Amino acid sequence: MPRILTGNRLETGDVLWWNGSDWSTQIKDAVALGEEGDALVARLVAEERINDPVLVDVTGEPGAYVPTTTRERVRASGPSVRADLARGSLSTEVI
Amino acid sequence: MDNQDQSAVAGAPSPALDDTPALLRFRDDAPFESPIAPLADFLGGGNFAAVRVDPGENARDLIPHLGRLKLIEVAFPKFRDGRGYSSANILREAGFTGEIRAVGDVLVDQIGFMRRVGFDSFAPDAPLDPGVVQATLDRYPYVYMKSADGKTPVWALRHG
Amino acid sequence: MYRYDQYDQAIVDARVAEFKEQVGRRLRNEITEDQFKPLRLMNGLYLQLHAYMLRVAIPYGTLSGTQMRMLAHIARKYDRDYGHFTTRQNIQYNWIKLEQFSDLLDDLSKVEMHAFQTSGNCIRNISSDQFAGAAADELADPRPYAELLRQWSTLHPEFSFLPRKFKIAVIASDTDRAAIQLHDIGLQLRKNDAGDLGFRVYVGGGMGRTPIIGKIVRDFIPVGQFLSYSEGILRVYNRYGRRDNIYKARIKILVTELGIEEFTRQVEAEWAQLEPLGLDAPQAEYDRIIAQFSDPEYDLTATDTLDLSDPDFAMWVAQNVHAHKQPGYAIATISLKPKRGIPGDASSAQIDVIADLAEKYAHDEIRVTHSQNLVLAHVRKADLYALWQALDAADLATPNLDLVTDIIVCPGMDYCTLANARSIPIAQNIAAKFENNVAEQRDIGELKIKVSGCINGCGHHHAGHIGILGVDKKGEEAYQLLLGGSGAEDASLAKILGPGLDENGIVAAVDKLIAFYRTARSAPEERFLDTYRRLGPAPFKEAVYG
Repeated sequence: MPRILTGNRLETGDVLWWNGSDWSTQIKDAVALGEEGDALVARLVAEERINDPVLVDVTGEPGAYVPTTTRERVRASGPSVRADLARGSLSTEVI
Repeated sequence: MDNQDQSAVAGAPSPALDDTPALLRFRDDAPFESPIAPLADFLGGGNFAAVRVDPGENARDLIPHLGRLKLIEVAFPKFRDGRGYSSANILREAGFTGEIRAVGDVLVDQIGFMRRVGFDSFAPDAPLDPGVVQATLDRYPYVYMKSADGKTPVWALRHG
Repeated sequence: MYRYDQYDQAIVDARVAEFKEQVGRRLRNEITEDQFKPLRLMNGLYLQLHAYMLRVAIPYGTLSGTQMRMLAHIARKYDRDYGHFTTRQNIQYNWIKLEQFSDLLDDLSKVEMHAFQTSGNCIRNISSDQFAGAAADELADPRPYAELLRQWSTLHPEFSFLPRKFKIAVIASDTDRAAIQLHDIGLQLRKNDAGDLGFRVYVGGGMGRTPIIGKIVRDFIPVGQFLSYSEGILRVYNRYGRRDNIYKARIKILVTELGIEEFTRQVEAEWAQLEPLGLDAPQAEYDRIIAQFSDPEYDLTATDTLDLSDPDFAMWVAQNVHAHKQPGYAIATISLKPKRGIPGDASSAQIDVIADLAEKYAHDEIRVTHSQNLVLAHVRKADLYALWQALDAADLATPNLDLVTDIIVCPGMDYCTLANARSIPIAQNIAAKFENNVAEQRDIGELKIKVSGCINGCGHHHAGHIGILGVDKKGEEAYQLLLGGSGAEDASLAKILGPGLDENGIVAAVDKLIAFYRTARSAPEERFLDTYRRLGPAPFKEAVYG
């Protein structure tokens, strides 16, 4: 199962996904990571600039990954009860 | 503000004391150098003038012996474990005027609270920035409640 | 209400400066997140699913119109135009940025507000009765004592690294509107046989993973000594509360493991040491604070009659307005549980409206309730109709207080990083079946439904007449159904009725429970809770699972 990297930016708390070279606020930009993902997490933990960096399981295709857990789908879409605050690239419908 | 022994402030450990945490002291007397006994050894009858109290140990066990103690170390293996604050307060309430030293995971943001409950020296695992320490200690002009440091609580200031 | 003097303001200003400096060190990577986390938590700042969440303290749930307006300003300037009132009478914002937090704290401090000790393993914001100072059945206003506790517990040097969080509630009447028996310490003001004021002290109540009803540690502590007595309880807890397991670290576990007799013995012994130290504030300080909670200047000519010819207004009065101790006055509750709303949420515009109305009609005072509603405690009956019209225009006049649609809900997995399941949609779907028919809701009568998204129980499911607990069932959201809880003076803990259900199942189950209750109640006045207590769980279980 593909895994993508997510975390929250220290300064803003923004939910972020790793796009292969930088962070994005949209899950559609996320790239699947292999073993290099674990090394990246270890580096990020040590750097102390991204809070709670973690690899999460997803299904689907590049550009349209959907996390397997409800929690991560909520993080990716926004609160299911506030469609007006949705992030955009993942519909709250998938929660 | 107390006299701070700036010469002993963190940041300039002597080469011979590389493994010894830098000591931050708020006392005028010389630091006590003799061996520091674990509480059980001390209570077991050893002839010690310094003792160490771990978080799960009862500081009140020392009350009959305070007269012959110069230094009581209170250990903070983890900064989140706040039992040592009660230990220090209990020892001061019992009238102990010797040195009470906080040892271990002692962080700058705890120093203000620790001073209030009666700690007057600190041996932190990681050295503290003396400037930040001083700013922290100078920060609060008033306190709401009494504690071992004898500061006047605001209710007393209000009703002079 | 209490106003800061130079000392209070200086302490708040220093605390703000301290946290700004701590934020600066974190942003410069001079301290780790592990070291920073307890510091930010002690300033009410959590990292949740979408952003930082800030919990602002509203001491004993009382605030002025000016303070209320600042809450709207905070929502507008630093968040997304709304806030969420909580079961501990505070307000939370869901989209805060750490880098803007210093400015936010500056804004709050301008109106004598802050976020200190709204999280972390310390003594939290003190809660109290939302009808304090207005209820006909109270002995005295409990809030001066809550204020004394606030000052005593603010930056307490010995009790800022407790085993776990610590919550205190204070009331002064036999009707418990603050769930004191479900707090770490619950204080009930009473008089002894000699006519002196003191507190009955409950200790070790709580919900969460191990729900327990508080036990009486002392039947009467004179008001003049209740702070040193509290210090004694806290010291026993700080020294002997468990630190080896976060789930067993609350004082309720210590009280249970020691037994109330031994716990009481230890507290009394500790207090005997502390009492002579002069920790209690002097009478002059009590008098100073009590004077600030004196009655507003009532209009002694205010009429006690009310024109109820508008049926919608009459419905709201019947459901949301309570008797006031002063003739010609009433207590009005503003429901934050509108149709299709999010329980406890209010927009900036609504918060501003309430601030204006409080200034115009309610002696400039607002209360937050532990049921996530708001109260205007001193309203002339002659002003109620105009007040209701203004509230109605802002979607704030839902006549559902204590009814089936007045549901307590935690943020759940829509916001909270600890949640196992969403809770807000469950409440919305339950309410949807009833919200268009107030007469039906009123026929069902008092029914307290409480929904939590995880075992921590912020939605008070154990205190619900019907409690719902979200759980994770192999990656799917599932819900346990509990019945028979109460957070009031008849405190009891809800018990699991049967197997967990999915989202549709739990909503249907509540429907079935209510239908069964309506056939089974002995009289229309018998509450759901009382029918359950009379019949026991079996017929309710049959109604849901049969």
